[in-house]
Formats: sequence, C-alpha cells, structure tokens
Amino acid sequence: MSEPAIAIEHGGHSHEEHDPHLQHHFATYEQQFDASKIGMWLFLATEILLFGGLFVGFGLMQGKFPDAFFAAHHHLDKNLGFLNTVVLLLSSYTMVMAVHSAKTEKRKQTMIFLLITLTCAAIFLLVKYFEYSHKFHEGLLPGRFYHHHGDTVPNQFVFFSFYFMMTGLHGIHILGGMAAIIWMCIKTKAGDFSRTHYTAIDLVGLYWHLVDLIWIYLFPLLYLIS
Amino acid sequence: MTETTEIQDHTHAHRAHADHDKNAPKLYLGILIILLILTCITVAASYVQFGSGMANVAIALTIATIKATLVALFFMHLLHDRPMNSVIIVMAFAFLGLFLGFDYTDVASREALLPANLKVVKPGAPTSPPGAAPGTLIPAPGTPGANGTTPSMTPAIPAPAEEHH
Repeated sequence: MSEPAIAIEHGGHSHEEHDPHLQHHFATYEQQFDASKIGMWLFLATEILLFGGLFVGFGLMQGKFPDAFFAAHHHLDKNLGFLNTVVLLLSSYTMVMAVHSAKTEKRKQTMIFLLITLTCAAIFLLVKYFEYSHKFHEGLLPGRFYHHHGDTVPNQFVFFSFYFMMTGLHGIHILGGMAAIIWMCIKTKAGDFSRTHYTAIDLVGLYWHLVDLIWIYLFPLLYLIS
Repeated sequence: MTETTEIQDHTHAHRAHADHDKNAPKLYLGILIILLILTCITVAASYVQFGSGMANVAIALTIATIKATLVALFFMHLLHDRPMNSVIIVMAFAFLGLFLGFDYTDVASREALLPANLKVVKPGAPTSPPGAAPGTLIPAPGTPGANGTTPSMTPAIPAPAEEHH
C-alpha cells in the first residue's frame, strides 16, 4: 500500500530540481534517449515495408515485362543517377558528422555540416527536377498518360508507373528530411544540443540515412539493371 | 536509487564512448570512401554483361546490400547501439523477404493454373449435378468416370467459363 505514496513523493520531489530535458515518466536520460530511439527505429521499419511493397511490385512486373523494362530503362540517364547517388552519399556523411559535432558540443561545426547536408538535398532535388521535366517533355509518363512516340517495345508505361511512384515517394521523403534538417539548424542556433541532449538531431540523422539507404537500392534497380 | 548516482552512471557511460567518439570522424570518412568506390563498381558492372541478365541483377543487389549494411552499421550506429534496434530493423527486412519470397514463388508456380490448362466447362452445362450440395465433385466429361469404369473424382472448375464476360 505504501508504494503509490512513494511514487507520488518521488514525482513531486523531482519536479523541483528537474532538468527540463528529462520528461517525468523516464528515470534517466539514457532511458529517455533509448525509448525515443526505439520509436524511431520502429518508424523506419514501417518505412522499409512501405517502400518494400513497391520494390516487390517492381520485381513482379519486371518478371512479367522484361523486354519493356529493359527498353524503358534506356530512357534514364545513368550519369544523372550516379551524380545523385554520390550527392546523397555525401549528404549522409555530412549528416553523421553533424550528429557527431552536436554530440561533442561544436555548435558552429554542427551548423556547417547541417547546411552542407541541406545543400546536397537541394542538388538532389534539382537533378530530379531536370530528369522529370525531360520525361514529361518526351511523354514518358505513368499509366494512361504515357504518350512517347516511336516505341518498338510495348508496355513501357508499366516501368514509368513504378519509376514515378518510387522516385516520387522518395523525393517526398527528401523534402520531409530537408524540413527536419532546417528544424535542426534552428535548434542548433538556439544551442539546444549538448553532450547529453542530442536526441532530436540523432533521430533526424537516422531518418536521413534511411532515405539514403532506399536510394542505394533504387539507383541500381531503376537506372542500371538490364 | 537517487538521481545523482544515475546521472553519474550516465557520464561514466559517456566516458567509455569518448575513445570511440575521437576516432569517429576518420571512421565516417573511410566509410564514405568505401561507399563511393562501391557505387563506381556498380556503375562499371552495369556496362558488362555477366552471363544471363539475372547475374547482373544479383551483382547489383549484392553491392547495394553491402552499401546498405555499411550505412546501417556505421552511419546509423547500429554496431555500437542497443541490440534491440538491430532486431527491429532486421525483422523488418525479414518480413520483407517473406513478402518477396512468397509473392515470387506464387507467380512462378502459376503456370499450371493457366486457364488453358484447366478443363473447360461448356456454357450452359450444370457445374454440379442437380440436387448436389455446392462444392461437391462431379466426374468431368471425357474422363474414364464418364464411361462408367471408375468413378474418378475430378473437380469441376467453373472459373474459366465465368471469366468470359
């Protein structure tokens, strides 16, 4: 019977000399950090399953229309795909460095690395914009919008349905990541991160690496496979 | 357990990580260089035809998986993280593999179930004898059962007839 009383007393006590970063329902910073991180990993698991469905569909349709997929993938520019892969890998490096800088309390360095990451993301989207506008111009569009002339192999619209769905969804994730990184820039400027409190930037880093990880699979599947 | 001791535990844990932290930037740079080299290898391999097309797919996906593993272990800190986070992500990939595996075996084994391979039920013919309960088996026309030898039980499959509208 005495247990609840102790809990209330403890709760009341910790309210006085409590670090504002530590929420009441966690005993330690470590526990709070680990709980946030598990939540993030669960979210990333759902992201993998979301993209996984598209990858499975892509594989099935490639098995069904191998000639159409082979012919369609020649419309993609390997060099632009390679450039975007390099840009995204670089951004992953600068992101992990930003997290590291936040953890070692180098505020200026954190800011620089976050801004480079943001620039890389913008370059990625710019390249994607040029690729998309080229495809719009040629009529290489998904489903019934496909109106490219001079095709010798039918059913190429199936490839472009997957191309736009997968790269489009990935692009939306890049946009979301950019918003999150801007938010991290604001927090860095405000001096919110320290040796013990860097959960937010760490989780944004995890998200950004997952976006990179998905592109690592998208690039060879869409641009390279023949 | 007082809070002060807990905070001390926390800083102790961080001191243990300090050594790892000092070398981290070098490690990250090394991983980046490996990732870039692997990307170049994937692109170079795409210009070469290795036997069947499937070999090229296998090579590209193997390199992609190596890259993804490097990102997860070092950039996403799974190597030095709590094992539970690795369990979550490995399970996600395991279930994706299950999804992938069953879908592909399903599609690959459908050949035997093509409409052309099924017995055609003539339009207008009863799919089951009058009075028979739904789902009961009837001898298909042309089978030995129709001649009165052995009453072979072939399932009547009405699906192809229904598909013609």
